[in-house]
Amino acid sequence: MIEVTGITKRYGETLAVNDLSFDVKPGQVTGFLGPNGAGKSTTMRMIMGLDNPDAGQAKVNGVTYGSLGWPIREVGALLEAKAIHPGRSARNHLWMLAQTNDIPLSRVDEVLEVVGLASVARKRAGTFSLGMGQRLGIAGALLGDPSVLLFDEPINGLDPEGIRWVRNLLKGLGREGRTVFVSSHLMSEMALTADHLVVIGRGRLIAEMSVDAFIAQSTQQFVRVRTLQPNEFRDAMRNSGATVIQEDDGALSVSGVSAQQIGDIAFDHRLALHELSPQLASLEEAFMELTQDSVDYRGEGSFTAGSTVTHHDDRHTSAGK
Amino acid sequence: MTIITTTIPAPSAPHYRPLGIFRSELTKMRSVRSTTWTLLATIIITVGIGIIATATEAARWAHASSLDRLTFDPTNMSLTGLLFGQIALGILGILVITGEYGTGTIRASLAAVPNRPLFLAAKAAAFALVAVVVGEIVSFGAFFIGQMLIGGSAPHASLGQAGVLRAVAGGGLYLALLGIFALGLGTIIRHTAGAIAAFVGVLLILPALTPALPTSFQNAISKFEPAAIGNAMTTVNTHLQPGNAPTLSPWTGLAVMLGYAALALALGGWRLVRHDA
Repeated sequence: MIEVTGITKRYGETLAVNDLSFDVKPGQVTGFLGPNGAGKSTTMRMIMGLDNPDAGQAKVNGVTYGSLGWPIREVGALLEAKAIHPGRSARNHLWMLAQTNDIPLSRVDEVLEVVGLASVARKRAGTFSLGMGQRLGIAGALLGDPSVLLFDEPINGLDPEGIRWVRNLLKGLGREGRTVFVSSHLMSEMALTADHLVVIGRGRLIAEMSVDAFIAQSTQQFVRVRTLQPNEFRDAMRNSGATVIQEDDGALSVSGVSAQQIGDIAFDHRLALHELSPQLASLEEAFMELTQDSVDYRGEGSFTAGSTVTHHDDRHTSAGK
Repeated sequence: MTIITTTIPAPSAPHYRPLGIFRSELTKMRSVRSTTWTLLATIIITVGIGIIATATEAARWAHASSLDRLTFDPTNMSLTGLLFGQIALGILGILVITGEYGTGTIRASLAAVPNRPLFLAAKAAAFALVAVVVGEIVSFGAFFIGQMLIGGSAPHASLGQAGVLRAVAGGGLYLALLGIFALGLGTIIRHTAGAIAAFVGVLLILPALTPALPTSFQNAISKFEPAAIGNAMTTVNTHLQPGNAPTLSPWTGLAVMLGYAALALALGGWRLVRHDA
């Protein structure tokens, strides 16, 4: 269980995290989503007691991180890829962490086996690829068999096989009843891995909901239609309450009715259709729409922390389509 | 896929313990090459320069002036190399902490040990153990080899003589305390290159600047320079060459070195606690 209450972090003029509150519950995978620079890593470091919040607090299993009796037996974290001394072997890296929390050497070999690094356990970590570094970081998180796990962008640098492995590992950890909190800037990845979502942008909470609810809410359906009688088709559609938008390529986008209904209506009006294809707005598009007011670096416009709120409203209206 | 649930034995105490952190710090030192290299350099430089200095001086004995003979200190002479070996051991002291910042390991370390003063204390204790052992080995090694090289009519020292054991043991202790001071500097600065520059600056550049001061200031200040204290702690023959600045007594010197090391560690600890990792 992770409880974040009103945490705020300021770097000079910039508000990296702004009065952020959410809970991460056990027994499921909670995705922590946001564009780059949204404050995900800063929030995770504050949960881990590495950075001090300027206001608010984060608790893990009911206490602040610093009050944990055996920290890495209760909380495991992968915070940075390859945060390893390049001259130290994978086994020694884990062993020096294990010793602080009275974890036996046998456990070090066990987690190396789990992440598939047993054969390179005694090699210097400097020779590792980014993906191997990620696996070693994951081994470090699993070391103390903790009930709470945090992963900051765990699939960065992994090949498809590695990504699938991480996905299954995270789900498995969640099924075992652990609290799993994993950050990503990829909505599509979270849709496959997470059960619940915490979405932030510019350090503020944008949404907290189940993945299913997010998908249902944000995947608006529309149907692409081509016809040689567009005007008659529009009239027929309007009468049945649908919205028709002219696309650049000559096709029409129809929303508000199903493809089957469109086909029936067209038949009733004796209109020939040359295309009738249901479309789904991708999750990625939905996510971008959700967070577009809070993206730090974009091609146009200039943002300052103070002006965000006022920009929000007019952006929303223009963002409709 | 295997999910990881072989049980780890339950901890026997309610809270993580200093001994585990101390062992972890020893593992960290043992498991990187820089430790081997800096310790080897400390040994080779200290003993090697001691050999060169004593052999040269001993060969000159027959022609030495009476003043040179009066101020000759075979113990101190054999420990000349400490002034150079101290840089190698100091670099190890710096790397022990800046290596963690440079690689990002510091976050994993502090996640495992959130009590930062305890973390730094355990790190300093582990380094101190290694530094004292190596410091004493090189100090006694340089002393014995040096005395063997002083032949003929030149006087050589033995541990039984008044003040000699204190001077040789003090040499090792000086080396270790300077290393802890360097560790403190590294904790304050957090960057390897910056910390080494500051360390070398304190050790070599400040003493080079003091001669620009009026003599009275010079005499008041120069005895507090670490290298001057190291010299004072390893001196047996207290006859000074004319013009040499006065030095602290060995025991006062030891106390000042302890103060330097404690101050640097305390400032480093303050920064460690106050600032984000």
